[in-house]
Amino acid sequence: MFSPSLAFDAPPYRLSGVVVGPLLNHAAALAALGDAVRDAPYKGAPKGPILYIKPRNTLAPAGAAVTIPSTCDELEIGASLGLVIGRTACRVDARQALAHVSGYTLVADLSIPHDSFYRPSIRFKARDGSCLVGPRVVAREALVDADALALRISLDGVAAQATSTRGMVRSAARLIADVSEFMTLRPGDVLMLGVAFGAPRGRANQTFAIDAEGIGRLDGRLVAEDEEGPA
Amino acid sequence: MRTAIVAYGGAIHQATPHPAGLQLSDGRVLGEEAVVWLAPFEIGTVIALGLNYADHVKELAKELTVTSKDEPLVFLKTPGAVIGHRGFTRRPRDATFMHYECELAVVIGATARRVSRADAMRHVAGYTVCNDYAIRDYLENWYRPNLRVKNRDTCTVLGPWLVDAADIADPHRLALRTSVNGKITQQGNTADMVNDIPALIAYLSGFMTLSAGDVILTGTPDGVVNVDVGDEVVTEIDGVGRLVNTIVGDDTFGI
Repeated sequence: MFSPSLAFDAPPYRLSGVVVGPLLNHAAALAALGDAVRDAPYKGAPKGPILYIKPRNTLAPAGAAVTIPSTCDELEIGASLGLVIGRTACRVDARQALAHVSGYTLVADLSIPHDSFYRPSIRFKARDGSCLVGPRVVAREALVDADALALRISLDGVAAQATSTRGMVRSAARLIADVSEFMTLRPGDVLMLGVAFGAPRGRANQTFAIDAEGIGRLDGRLVAEDEEGPA
Repeated sequence: MRTAIVAYGGAIHQATPHPAGLQLSDGRVLGEEAVVWLAPFEIGTVIALGLNYADHVKELAKELTVTSKDEPLVFLKTPGAVIGHRGFTRRPRDATFMHYECELAVVIGATARRVSRADAMRHVAGYTVCNDYAIRDYLENWYRPNLRVKNRDTCTVLGPWLVDAADIADPHRLALRTSVNGKITQQGNTADMVNDIPALIAYLSGFMTLSAGDVILTGTPDGVVNVDVGDEVVTEIDGVGRLVNTIVGDDTFGI
């Protein structure tokens, strides 16, 4: 049985199990959709932050193996900065929003690739063990600028994507403000800042890593589903 | 057996029904309005169904690009959106169409991973009533239904009781109804679900392990209407419970 045991699950960084991420927060990802944003079924760019939930069955610690279902060849490896909430945030002003963050971590959000953002099935994003969080939480004060953090993603040790938290539609502070307008963020909740455009895809038997200066390296590996053994 | 979780006298208690209202596990008997009702179980993942009643599919047909024959339309919610019986739900000032949804909530009791339809019901701990509000003004065509519509603070009401699965002879033959200020506005029967409970558990457990405390909100039938500040909304399922909720305005929250 899959059992989430996060290495940093200790005060003051005990996670609540709530992990939420914004869709298309990276401006380049939205831009890449081009005119399709205006057409049906979307009929306009997102107005509010559009969020998705990585439920508790998806949570796994750094180093975990992620299974690729037999129905697809690859998983998309979305890398995001994770904002770990330290103080309850309800309708907070963007100017004070970062004061509600206790620290930062890395999130590897693995998804079955899908082209439509209209009403995708949750099975693309809610698979067991498809959200790695870690390897640790660094205190908010330790990170100079959450909105200018370089992230490097590698596959089998080879660079696959170099990106940064610059160029988000909503900065960390703005995202917390806009999300907390309708849903209170609580201590231990993790709010992803958003996956960068151009996320690499990995196949079974590959390893992946997300590296961020000042936070560390989140490793994981991909395995074919049948290697996982019986239910 | 039916159980509730309530706050009283500075602590949180388990309670059971009593002719005078409810009885705490420590013996105290109290009236229904003397306690603060919380959700009747420790909430894990909240899984909700859209368009799982044939008539509701028809009602919202103009918004659809899928048919009810497709994969079940599932979305997730966070536990933070949940409140209990006799709670207060906020209606933002700018909303023009906010509606309730009366739903049978299926609470998982045992870990379910890749279970078959035939084995599915063994994983159910019990049932409760859900009133799952939506504010349609905020609907966007991205990851529908977006959380701003369906995952708002105070907008998922659960309770009053968790009713043991053994006490519900057939969860697919329960009349449900909603009344607003005493007037019935929604009526249906769980017999009309498009995807029934074993189908949902089999489908979901095929890609996500369900654990005790996870809850499946099985969708709502036809008959959703706008509610306003001050309305008392009662969602009721025969044999399961009668869940009372009151709509309050932004003023209550200092907005």
